[in-house]
Amino acid sequence: MAQTMSGARILMECLQREGVEVIFGYPGGVTLPLYDAMYEGEIRHILVRHEENACFMASGYARATGKVGVACATSGPGATNLTTGLVDCMMDSIPVVALTGQVSSKLIGSDAFQEADTFGITRSATKHNYLVKDIRDLAAVIHEAFYIASSGRPGPVLVDITKDVLQGQAHYAPVHAIHLPGYKLVTEGHAGQIRRAAQMMWEASRPFVYAGGGIIASGAHEELRELVETLDAPAVLTLMGLGALPAEHPNFISMPGMHGSYAANMGMYECDLLIALGVRFDDRVTGRLASFAPHAKVIHVDIDPAEIGKNRAADLPIVGDAKKVLSRIVKSLKEAAPQMRPLREQDRREWWQQIRAWKEEHPLKPVFSADEIKPQHLMVEIDRLCGGDAIVSVDVGQHQMWAAQFIRFNRPRTWLSSSGLGSMGFGLPAAIGAQVAHPDALVVAVVGDGGFQMAMPEISTMANQGLPVKVVIMNNGYLGMVRQWQDLFYQNRLSAVQIEAFPNIEKLADAYGIKGRIVDKPAELRSALEDAFRHPGPVLLDVRVSPFENVYPMVPAGAAINEMVLAPPKPVEVPA
Amino acid sequence: MLMTISLLMENKPGALMRVTGLLSQRGYNIESLTVSRTLDPTLSRMTICVDVEPRLRPLLIKQMNRLVNVLQAHDLTEAPAVIREMVLVHVRVSQENRTAILKEAEIFGARVVDSSVGGFALEASGDPEKLEEFIAVMQTYGEIEVTRSGLVAVSLEPRKLKLAPPIPKAHSESEPAHTR
Repeated sequence: MAQTMSGARILMECLQREGVEVIFGYPGGVTLPLYDAMYEGEIRHILVRHEENACFMASGYARATGKVGVACATSGPGATNLTTGLVDCMMDSIPVVALTGQVSSKLIGSDAFQEADTFGITRSATKHNYLVKDIRDLAAVIHEAFYIASSGRPGPVLVDITKDVLQGQAHYAPVHAIHLPGYKLVTEGHAGQIRRAAQMMWEASRPFVYAGGGIIASGAHEELRELVETLDAPAVLTLMGLGALPAEHPNFISMPGMHGSYAANMGMYECDLLIALGVRFDDRVTGRLASFAPHAKVIHVDIDPAEIGKNRAADLPIVGDAKKVLSRIVKSLKEAAPQMRPLREQDRREWWQQIRAWKEEHPLKPVFSADEIKPQHLMVEIDRLCGGDAIVSVDVGQHQMWAAQFIRFNRPRTWLSSSGLGSMGFGLPAAIGAQVAHPDALVVAVVGDGGFQMAMPEISTMANQGLPVKVVIMNNGYLGMVRQWQDLFYQNRLSAVQIEAFPNIEKLADAYGIKGRIVDKPAELRSALEDAFRHPGPVLLDVRVSPFENVYPMVPAGAAINEMVLAPPKPVEVPA
Repeated sequence: MLMTISLLMENKPGALMRVTGLLSQRGYNIESLTVSRTLDPTLSRMTICVDVEPRLRPLLIKQMNRLVNVLQAHDLTEAPAVIREMVLVHVRVSQENRTAILKEAEIFGARVVDSSVGGFALEASGDPEKLEEFIAVMQTYGEIEVTRSGLVAVSLEPRKLKLAPPIPKAHSESEPAHTR
């Protein structure tokens, strides 16, 4: 049933076949034919204010739904602006398809207006990328892009399409099969390894679950809960994994790593079996690798074979999809449970006693003050209002760590954080993407005063689309995390970290026709947040917090995770 | 330490860039690289010689295999394989040395591919170390120009090539969108 249509039309056709509901984009010269094809409005288009944010919105949308997010930009600057967002998706394994226009194939290589080597520039920023110069390739490439983005270890795929392809005419027939001979996916997991894993888990006296983004990507949160419960093992979730196990689950400890809790890091240090599920042993988790979990055997489950043994050798590697692998491990565990559980009872009692002791010794404790709003106080209040159920996006820095420490997440896909790349300016656009996906959900962007100013153009998008995102700015007047490191490691020589001339948020919000408020008194914080969260439209809330608070506990860079700094150093008493 | 990689990939624009990009983004220096079509013209075979810390070799192979266009990458550094190289040497030579050079060439199994009053162009192939010696010997006769092909390798182990099967395209809409 072939019929002749334009490349732009074929592209729209393919997007609809992929079930795309929304495109975050910004038009330009070479994408004119595409935007003309969008005129019919079959797919919703959200006009962003900067292409980087189009990619962050697509990322937020993908993180909040598990579906492929779509970003669109023109050639040259449009495409280069997307790049940070692509690397963010790459680092966090987020499925996004980016569509960029390219100058006509005749002009490629001639330094034409708005020409950039998008294909070359985004080679290492994507899981895979394409340059389409022949209209006959277009349909297959689009479907391949969606398949690659969403399968295996998800990631961003960019398709660069020349203007003549978008404008040209060709016969279009739906694509019925994709041929990617080199794209081999291992999803099932080796049966023998799975059996051995279950056996090792029952044999360990101090098992410890270390789970991450792979659980969320594969939708394995139920299987994870069953595993943890069957084994009665303590569990930590990485920054990418928060929500994979309900925060209120009795076996959940906290996030581990640089700003993880004492119990989480000591548990990792002292365990005899580390059950690593959909994680990549990031340096922010492991600290000094040579002293990471030194007594533990490691079971490592990951869908990406290249992750196995990358940072820490695995005693038992399993390559496969977390959901499939875990469900079979759980089955094996349960089969052996009647026999094994009584044997492990004593061990578990002692292990949990130890973990509880660590928790009590150094709990994650918020700081309060009657005179100024402490940043931890802000997070506790946000948590109280969200009740573990809202979608919270963050930027990068101190507020991100406090949010991860004090805001609970009971469901997967409710915590959106640029974790691997650590890209400031992510929080607001990601929240917009999530709110587009879930129009009725409470979506809170918790951002710093630094990151907020990187994303400010998108206030306009939020106001324009009437997206009721609650933007809570933790305003300490500094680039707080950099200041903290200058404080701790550079003799407090504060260099280029103070942000002066922060705009008056009430006037700013007013200028965009939305609600805005400044809060600086601890006594007003709760009601201000309640008012903001109750408000039906978008809100900007500028919360003035104490400027010199540092995030603790902290594993200094290069230290081992059992060498945590638990609290600010006490002033040294000088003997008289 | 030098590592020899043999890699089978789709013969597509950009495929080479993905492989070399993987190496350059890690700061590895490529000593030599050869690439050419295979019996199946849709595929290319590449032999790469690159300086890599031995403990990182398995990881690099896995990361290459992760590339969508790569069908198979394997490490031939310590595996049974034949590794050869070709060299073209143009040697300028005086009349009295012509016979001597031809004798030397014969010892190394080199062929004369061009002969002129100015000298010879010689073609030799074989083990890279042997070629080093050949070049060194030729240098003793005067000024030479050398072009080396880089390593080409063939594995002596049977390797099963596993390919991903075609993926049927399940469309989210049963009705084609354009008929709605």
